[in-house]
Amino acid sequence: MSQSYNRGTIESFGRWREFSAGMWAWIFHKFTGWVLVGYLFTHIAVLSTAIEGAEMYTNTIVTLEGLLLVRILEVGLLAVAVFHILNGLRLLLVDLGVGLESQDKSFYASVILTGAITVASVPTFIAGAF
Amino acid sequence: MAEHYSSFTEGGRLWLWQRITAAFLVVVLAFHFFLLHFVYHADEVTFALSQSRMQTWTYYSLMVLFLITATFHGVNGVYNALLNQGLTGTKRQVVKWTLVVASGILLVQGIRTANAWAGIGVF
Repeated sequence: MSQSYNRGTIESFGRWREFSAGMWAWIFHKFTGWVLVGYLFTHIAVLSTAIEGAEMYTNTIVTLEGLLLVRILEVGLLAVAVFHILNGLRLLLVDLGVGLESQDKSFYASVILTGAITVASVPTFIAGAF
Repeated sequence: MAEHYSSFTEGGRLWLWQRITAAFLVVVLAFHFFLLHFVYHADEVTFALSQSRMQTWTYYSLMVLFLITATFHGVNGVYNALLNQGLTGTKRQVVKWTLVVASGILLVQGIRTANAWAGIGVF
């Protein structure tokens, strides 16, 4: 017989100590999603300096990419994007009925792989910033 | 018997589009990051380099489709997250239409930018 799981109409973040892997995956997916959509609007705003001409665009990008803070934020953006992609694949597979019984393990794998890809990418992302 | 729980409208198709765009974005977002950070590098970016890519019609089309799918997926995701937090009534309508207008502005500005690189007239 199936059992119901009442998570209520509003998620209660005050219960965070009780959260399981699946709940953390849900929270991380939402958080990375908010960051990515925020970045999308910022990204288009910066890129749209190209409308003002070649010099304006090149100067804007060269100035921004010359800042170490921007390079560090780009590493953070990579981590956020990689996790959202990997956990997104996990969610698509679960939606198709694949791997539901090991969804906690696939969440841990997503976190570990995100960390490994991010750390391995740091030299490429920081290159030329000094 | 299990109770029905869902933030999606019954009979709606937005949940399906959220997943279709997700499958597309998984591939194209990874490609975008790889191309612009590992093939080309951050300290090499110039207008001419961006222009050379965007003047290729396949790349231009892919980027415009990327913009449209990312905007839909991102904004619809934000809307669903807010519904999960209990957004209802007038506030729901205000948020919904604010997101629709913001998406429209983002799409217009993004396509104008792509057109500037591609050498198509910027309106």
